[in-house]
Amino acid sequence: MSVELLLKMELRSDPGMLCVVRAAMERLTEAFGFSEPECRSVTRAVDEALTNIMRHSYEGQTDRPIEVLCQRVPKRRGTGGDGFEVLLSDRGPAVDPAKLQGRRLDEIKPGGLGLHFIRQSMDVVEFKRERGSNLLRLIKYLQSEKQD
Amino acid sequence: MQISARRIETTTIFDVSGDIDLANSPEIRKALLKEIKESKTPRVVMNLVKVRYIDSSGVASLVEGLKASRDAGTRFILFGLSPAAREVLQLSRLLKIFEVHDTEEQALA
Repeated sequence: MSVELLLKMELRSDPGMLCVVRAAMERLTEAFGFSEPECRSVTRAVDEALTNIMRHSYEGQTDRPIEVLCQRVPKRRGTGGDGFEVLLSDRGPAVDPAKLQGRRLDEIKPGGLGLHFIRQSMDVVEFKRERGSNLLRLIKYLQSEKQD
Repeated sequence: MQISARRIETTTIFDVSGDIDLANSPEIRKALLKEIKESKTPRVVMNLVKVRYIDSSGVASLVEGLKASRDAGTRFILFGLSPAAREVLQLSRLLKIFEVHDTEEQALA
């Protein structure tokens, strides 16, 4: 089975758009077959990823481009169902991979939680730099094969 | 997101509704810090019954409120956490750090 495009969104880096993307993610993940907690989890991961782009890549500028691409990808070898892949790209400066670690949770301080939420929610979290864009790839797999 | 404040004796209750995310968490932060640091209110309560979603920036605002309250000797309380809000605080291992109640009555007791 090949990759199947589900939804593509192009938006500006305006935090006011976060609720719009969340609404789309909630519906799309539900239609994909995730449980309610999983839908919340994936929606949260995408929301946090976008927030990081807006805050860190674009440093608060609200007119910069972001692309969100959602696709169905084949299941991994072994058991389990198809994957829900989200590709987020921005044109901000190259990110230092060393900064993509998140912080320790035993520290009580504001900030630094976004990456933690992303890694907790998704099965695959990959970052790369390609043709002047930062690309973040997130995948969550269905627990079992979806029955038609 | 909407936020409004009401006062009951020496307590200020912030009633928040909607989603708390990067678009509006600075407003929450500002209101909390003003109340705690400038007004020096003895008890500040966040009514989160109508908050459907809170992201890491919202959590950060609450943590800043908590830290300011500790410095000021103010009691800082949350009540009415939705499943999503409770989940986010649990994931960040902060649920036990805050004073959390289910109802306003419990929060004001």
